Parts: sequence; C-alpha cells; structure tokens
Amino acid sequence: MKLHEYQAKQVFADAGIPTPDSQLASDVDGVLTAADEIGYPVAIKAQVQVGGRGKAGGIKLAADADEAREAADEILGMDLKGYHVEQVLVEQAVDFTDELYVGITLDRGAGKPVAMVSTKGGVDIEAVAEETPEAIAQEHIDPSFGMHPYQARKAVYDAGVDKALARDVSSVLSTLYDLWERKDGSDAEINPLMVTGDGEVIAADAVMNIDEDALFRQPELAEMEEDAAGGDELEAKASEYGFDYVRLEGNVGIIGNGAGLVMTTLDLVDHYGGSPANFLDVGGGAKAARIANALDMVFADENVDSVVFNIFGGITRGDEVAKGINEALGQFDEIPKPVVVRLAGTNWEEGMEILNEDLVTVEATLEDAVKRAVEYASEVNQ
Amino acid sequence: MSVLVDDDTRVVVQGITGGEGKFHTEQMLAYGTNVVAGAVPGKGGQEVNGVPVYDTVAEAVEAEDATASVVFVPPAFAGDAMFEALDTDLDLVVAITEGVPTQDMARVNKRLSETDTYLLGPNCPGLITPGEAKLGILPGNIFTSGEVGLVSRSGTLTYQVVDNLTQRGIGQTTAIGIGGDPIIGTTFIDALELFENDPDTKAIAMCGEIGGEDEEEAAAYIDEHVDTPVAGFIAGRTAPPGKRMGHAGAIVSGSGTGTAESKIDALNDAGVPVGDTPEEVADHIESFL
Repeated sequence: MKLHEYQAKQVFADAGIPTPDSQLASDVDGVLTAADEIGYPVAIKAQVQVGGRGKAGGIKLAADADEAREAADEILGMDLKGYHVEQVLVEQAVDFTDELYVGITLDRGAGKPVAMVSTKGGVDIEAVAEETPEAIAQEHIDPSFGMHPYQARKAVYDAGVDKALARDVSSVLSTLYDLWERKDGSDAEINPLMVTGDGEVIAADAVMNIDEDALFRQPELAEMEEDAAGGDELEAKASEYGFDYVRLEGNVGIIGNGAGLVMTTLDLVDHYGGSPANFLDVGGGAKAARIANALDMVFADENVDSVVFNIFGGITRGDEVAKGINEALGQFDEIPKPVVVRLAGTNWEEGMEILNEDLVTVEATLEDAVKRAVEYASEVNQ
Repeated sequence: MSVLVDDDTRVVVQGITGGEGKFHTEQMLAYGTNVVAGAVPGKGGQEVNGVPVYDTVAEAVEAEDATASVVFVPPAFAGDAMFEALDTDLDLVVAITEGVPTQDMARVNKRLSETDTYLLGPNCPGLITPGEAKLGILPGNIFTSGEVGLVSRSGTLTYQVVDNLTQRGIGQTTAIGIGGDPIIGTTFIDALELFENDPDTKAIAMCGEIGGEDEEEAAAYIDEHVDTPVAGFIAGRTAPPGKRMGHAGAIVSGSGTGTAESKIDALNDAGVPVGDTPEEVADHIESFL
C-alpha cells in the first residue's frame, strides 16, 4: 500500500523530520486560501500515486495568487498517467542549495533492510542506481537490532555528504529507519532532502509504502488506505471480494487458483497467440459462492471476449468449483461470454459430474483449455 | 532415498486445533505421515485425531521426539511460532501460513541463519516424499515415487507440473514448495544442493516466478555445483511492472529487475532449458531420464 505524499509527510513530520509548511486543497479557492496562509512562493503538487509527477506537469511553482490560480486550474482535474487528480498539496517553496537522497528499503536477496544515502537527490534515484551505483552509499541493517547510530553516520560519511550537515542528515536517516520499522514499511524515502541556504535540511518529498500483510497491526495507516485508493474500478471491486486481481489489456479473461498457476495460465494465453485480460486468483479452498463472484468479476470487464477457468485443486475442491460455475452461469438466459473449464486435482471427477456442460466448454488439459479460449476470443473479433 | 522427509520424520503440528491445522493433520495422517504431536498454547492435554497436544513445541519435542514441525498459525502469530520452532533445534520447519508480515520474516531469517534447521516457506504448500510422508497441504494422490526432484515457489504450479510428469509415468523423489513470499527460509540453492547430493534424484525440475533474484542466483549455483540435469519454468512472463501478482514476492520492480526474461536468460546461460509451457518442462525432464 502506497501512502500519498501528504500522508507520508504527515507521518514524517509527526516523527520530527523537518518538512515544509503545507496544506491539502481540492479546489482553486482552497489552493488560494492555503497559499495565502503559507506565504508565496508555493509549490502546488498533484496527489496521485505515480512517479515523475513534475515532468508530467503535476507540480508547479507559483510566485503569486495569479500564478497559483493558473496552476491550480491546470493541475486539479488533470489526467496524470491515467490517474485523475482530485487533490493538490500546497507547500511552502524551499530555497535550496543542494538536494540529497535518503531511503530505507528491503534488500530481498540479503533478507535485510538497507539504508541508502546519496548526494544526487532530486532526480530519479533508480536511474542513479543504474548509471552510477557508487553514488549511493548503502548500509545493511540487522533487523533484530535495528540501525545503530554509527551505521547512520557511516552511510552519510560514505555518501560524501558535507561534514557540516552530517549530524542532521544522520538524524533524519535514523528517524526514517525507526518509522520504517514501526510502521511496517516496505519503502521509506525522501527525495529530495533539500539543503537550505542556512544549512538546514528539509524533506521536500515523502514516499512511504506499507507492507499490506502488516496492515492488521497498523490501524491508523489502514484508515489512510481508504484515501489512498483510487485507480481501476474493477480492481476496487476485486479487493471488496477479497481476490488477488490485476487488470491487463487483453480480451481473454482468466480465473484460477494459486498465484503461480494463474500467472502460468496468463503466459500460456500469450504463448498461444491470445492476450490476457486479467489475473484473478480465487485463492485456496474457494467455495461455490466465491467461484460465482469470480465469474461475475470477469464478465464485468467489457474487454473480455472469452474466459478460461483453470482449477488444479489441492485444498480447493472440484465439486465446489463446479457448483459455483453452474450457479453463476445458470442465472443467464444466454451466457454472455464463452467459458472454457479445466478441472484437475482434488474431487475433479465429482466436479465433472456436477458441472452443467451445456453452459461451458470442458477441456482436459491446461494447454487445450487455453487454446480453446484463445480461439473463442479471436472468433469474436473477426 | 529422498530429501528432508521420509518414513522416519516425526511431525509436530503448530496450530493443530485450528480449522486448517485440524483438517490437514487428518490428511497428513491419512497419507501415512507420522504426526506425533500438536502444539497450541493453552490446549495442552487435549487430543486431535488421536494426536496428543502440548502447550509448547519444546514439550512436544521432548515427549514425542518430534524432528519436524508444520506451522498452521495465523499470520499475526506465525513469526512467533517459527521462533519457537527454531529454538528447539528441529531438523525442519514448514511454514504454510500466507500473509506473514515481511519484517517478521526478516527477523526470523536472522535467527534461522544461526541454526542448522531448514525452514520452508512461509506461504508454501509444504513438501512430500511420495509414499512416505507429506508435510503441508499438497494433495498426496497426484504424486508418485520416482526419480525427479521438484522445487517450486508456487503450490498449484507444482501440481500442474507433477500432473504433466505423471501423465508420462514419471515420479518424484521429493517435491518441495519453498513459498511465494519476498523473504523465505530455504531457497532454490538449498534445495538444489539437497537434490544434487541425493543419489536417487536423476533430474531436477525447478519452477520459479517473477520477482527478486533467487532464480538468477540459483542459475549461477547450477553452473558451478550441480551435475544433475535441471529443467526450468518461469511464471509471470506477461506480468506488468509494479503489480503484485498474487504472491507477495511476485512483483517486477520498476527498475526492471525480477523479470521473467532475466531469469530465463540466466538459466539458459547455465545450460538449463526453460519450458514455455509446463508440458515442455516435462519433455525436457523425460529427455534427461
């Protein structure tokens, strides 16, 4: 789960990391009021979950009310890389001499968190990592002890941060690690951490991503998730049903059990010349009602021309799957989109007995099921 | 021969009184697994399917000589359950639980590095030595005893590949699910090492997926240390960057690491053929035997 910039900044500010004065606004008047209170110049920043907002026109500076009005007009309501901008953060513009980068993330390979510091802040840090990896100082942290103060200092020295700033930057880095740990972060990042003419540091941006599996013990952050949502309507519906769902751009709808097998089904659709419309994992042990919900979901995607339903039962039972399919399809006078079913594993024979074969096409193997669904989808498009 | 589990493995089930724990204990017993104890705080003295329950794993190990544990404990408590198991020096801990917070696993992993225990998972289906023992939730009836070692990040994909092998009459020494989370205990490399040292394993099937760099590291390891022929499969070729594809670990990061392409290239460079379909994986395995 990704927090919006304004949410992450609030979390950082509450922990004592210096941040510029800012206010959230959702209309032009709100922007002007906020800017008056904060004092010009201000930055007006779109609150959407995409990188590269500045380049895409989602961040503008305003020196006075006229400029602020113009910027607010442009940004509010704009479409930024597929996201509709409904809110902006109005923020005191910082007069800076330098831009640093500090971040904490998980190094999967090492199985440990890693703290990173660079003097090349203010740009795409992944590009820096690619082109000049030596410009990012890294310090791995033993998660059972947390970050020792010396480690924060070491990362800051290794990055070549000006000695006069070392104390303040390591303090920000230590706080950032504490937050990452306390809030179950997957990433916590400040880019840029601006250095002002007076030699102060201030977080001009804020990134905080939270481990979704830990939201049960982060109730305050879980509440923010409501606001942080947005994006695809079907994906929102899927999360209501509790499905792992990702929408893609093709026309073959895919339902299956188990992440690896569903991914494989997508890949096979592609392999046999089709194009997957979605990833939908019903999870383990799905009962009939859940199976019916999954079909409803995929039918709701207007791009879908055919559906492949591939279940290899371990803890999921073939008879429950068949019941769910009958239930979902039985309610239609005419089946909206052809459905190909392949059942294997636990209770597949019982499932085949129950399954109403007037409603679906049955195939015995994964490969044949995918081929058939691809064929149906291409017929529709002729 | 087999790896990690066999007829002699004595199992304690953590969370044996919960719905999942109870059901799968029954299934494991029916398969012939020696489930000798359960461990659930506050439930010591009870019995589940004739299996005695103890309050702690230590008591269960002490009283019943357990050598392995299977964890069916809800995510919020699974990290603690793994620490408890690791503190009793078991040979093997199998964590089935899905949804364990990543930072809990980072801490468990640190503790694991101080022990000689193998930890499978979390978020894994477990493992099976056909005809001898299964620990976890795999459907026993699809496996047959044979010469192929199988290691996979995904449960149902394992079943699919096993099914393709079974169609050709090819069985398994042991099939191991290592789990779909970003931080797991036993890795591909650990499993490859075990199979390489098992004289009965004549071929290895390795099923990876997008996310992380474990498959790339495994490829380098195969190149250096594995003589047993290996065939691979990588799920997630069509996954868009930045999206979590069901498994918490299955995500292609924005910077392009963790892609299917990078993994397939690494495996091919190590001389490992990678099937475009599970059927092709079975073709390769058949050609090795």
